[in-house]
Amino acid sequence: MTALKPLALSASALALTVGMAQADSPALIFDLGGKFDKSFNEAAYNGAERWREETGGSYREIEMQSAAQRVQFARRMAEAGSNPIVVMGFQNAPTLEEVAPDYPDTSFVLVDAVVDLPNVRSVIFAEHEGSFLVGMLAAMASETDTISFVGGMEIPLITAFACGYAQGARAVNPDIEIIVNYTGSTPEAWNDPVRGSEIASGQISQGSDVVFAAAGGTGLGVLQTAEDEGVFSIGVDSNQNHLHPGSVLTSMLKLVDQAVYDAFTEGPDMETGVVLMDLASDGVGYAVDEHNEHLISAEMSEAVEEARAAIISGELTVHDYRTDSTCPAF
Amino acid sequence: MDWIMVVQVLDSTLRLATPLLFACLAGLISERAGVFDIGLEGKMLAAAFMAAAIAYATGNVWLGVASAIVASVGISLLHGVAAITFRGNQLISGVAINFLAAGLTVVIAQNWFSQGGRTPSLSGGGRMPRLDLPFADALRDVPVLGPIYSGILSGHALLVYIAFLCVPATWFLLFRTRFGLRLRAVGENPAAVDTAGISVVGLRYGAVAIGGVLCGLAGAYLSTGLSAGFVQEMTAGRGFIALAAMIFAKWRPWHAMGAVLLFGFLEAVANRFQSIEILGVGLPVQAMQALPYILTVVILAGFVGKAIPPRAVGTPYVKEH
Repeated sequence: MTALKPLALSASALALTVGMAQADSPALIFDLGGKFDKSFNEAAYNGAERWREETGGSYREIEMQSAAQRVQFARRMAEAGSNPIVVMGFQNAPTLEEVAPDYPDTSFVLVDAVVDLPNVRSVIFAEHEGSFLVGMLAAMASETDTISFVGGMEIPLITAFACGYAQGARAVNPDIEIIVNYTGSTPEAWNDPVRGSEIASGQISQGSDVVFAAAGGTGLGVLQTAEDEGVFSIGVDSNQNHLHPGSVLTSMLKLVDQAVYDAFTEGPDMETGVVLMDLASDGVGYAVDEHNEHLISAEMSEAVEEARAAIISGELTVHDYRTDSTCPAF
Repeated sequence: MDWIMVVQVLDSTLRLATPLLFACLAGLISERAGVFDIGLEGKMLAAAFMAAAIAYATGNVWLGVASAIVASVGISLLHGVAAITFRGNQLISGVAINFLAAGLTVVIAQNWFSQGGRTPSLSGGGRMPRLDLPFADALRDVPVLGPIYSGILSGHALLVYIAFLCVPATWFLLFRTRFGLRLRAVGENPAAVDTAGISVVGLRYGAVAIGGVLCGLAGAYLSTGLSAGFVQEMTAGRGFIALAAMIFAKWRPWHAMGAVLLFGFLEAVANRFQSIEILGVGLPVQAMQALPYILTVVILAGFVGKAIPPRAVGTPYVKEH
């Protein structure tokens, strides 16, 4: 046993590598799910890397291994003098409520939730608007008139994706069948591709031929199963079209990278308060690239662009589930 | 809930029960020989990683399965060295293995593939093919028998069938062979076995190694059969569910199969029926997802009766001089 101890310790120490950088440089704290989740956290990483390449600056980064480390890591970065500190994930709202008041001279950026403190910038996204557009695409691509959604956890944020998606689909086809499932209620729900895959194959056997996954690493299993079964899938957060070219219909983009890039660029003196990234500010959208352009017909993109313009101009409003916990399309 | 849906749920049950069954039998054999095996989770995880990594590198899923077994047996032997040879605390050694696997798989995966602790997605020959049983197509339209045979039993990866064949094999090994008799004796009264001139240490190593092979198959099936690649912590607690199933089955192979099928069924149901209404009352998603765990507690606390482990489990054997 004594021989094993140092091994186990060094393994956990290795998992907690902190990027080296001097004080006063910006810092980025990834949420559970990890830096390379091909989704939310990876988008943040890409934004930070873009800033590094363009400015030649350096930044600190840290990956959380468990929920218990939230406060500890935020404090550690603040103590080390990093400024600004970008913290990823809605689950860090209580973290910043606790930590930010203790470091009034440090600017914090919270991505995906709102904390009302003078030194915190809260970046939130209009996920319902982006999901509305991919919902339209899904309804137009579906031949069985049944589409589905796999969410990581049934929480307001994820349900807002589902609700926007359903509204978009109903806007195209009021009678469309929409199956909504969630993977779990523990943090593992974001990292269980096996379960994602089982849920997706269940939905497909119920007739769904477009599956939208908003479930972090679990979504990779969903996308894989969609390809295996020969139906379409829709990726989330980052552009996931390249994962299964020809099967991923599109990806619902959240420009998390832009939010991180902006925060790093503006530095410690940034304006705080709530920043809403919506369709109008290009903060959300849908991805079209060489991997999926042949899947989106001219007719489809015309309809979606029209809806996009209508949402931006305010002619069309997409209901946000988070405002009143109801969804007109369910 | 129609007939087709029942078939789909049972089909999914078989797939989800397979890794549990391998792991459960692994724990069963190890504990029957008197060695606690808390490290099922870690061994499965390491095996899942090796299977995916080697299958990706070579494009051959069976090489992946072989290296998964090697990795898992290697870790089992580490457990053996700590718990049998050096008579360390078996529980702590198992917990250490879980941590070791959780950390090492991610670090090695990051080093080899630089994709943040995951392996690249497998495709083609790197994934476990699904087998159609003979006459599955011909029997598809036969009433009752057709859906059961073609819909539920046919069309799984080879390892699913191997897992279920392991049940009678384990039973035979434990209860009908000399090795099995000695193995059970070593878990109940190692001093008696030693008196008979049989090596306690050798038998326990043998049991732990067999457990390693089974965990290797469980992990390989997770990453190459059930999904297409490794992601960190992908076992998601299945090793512990397998331990619960083992206690529920009171360390008996046939009962173990029943227990893992029940757990697999609950997981399949939780996946499939999330927004159902039962008798006009809508059940929240969370309730459905918590169901397998609630039932685990209820079953273990209420229905299992007295589960008596092998008497010598957890105690290292010290030879009298």
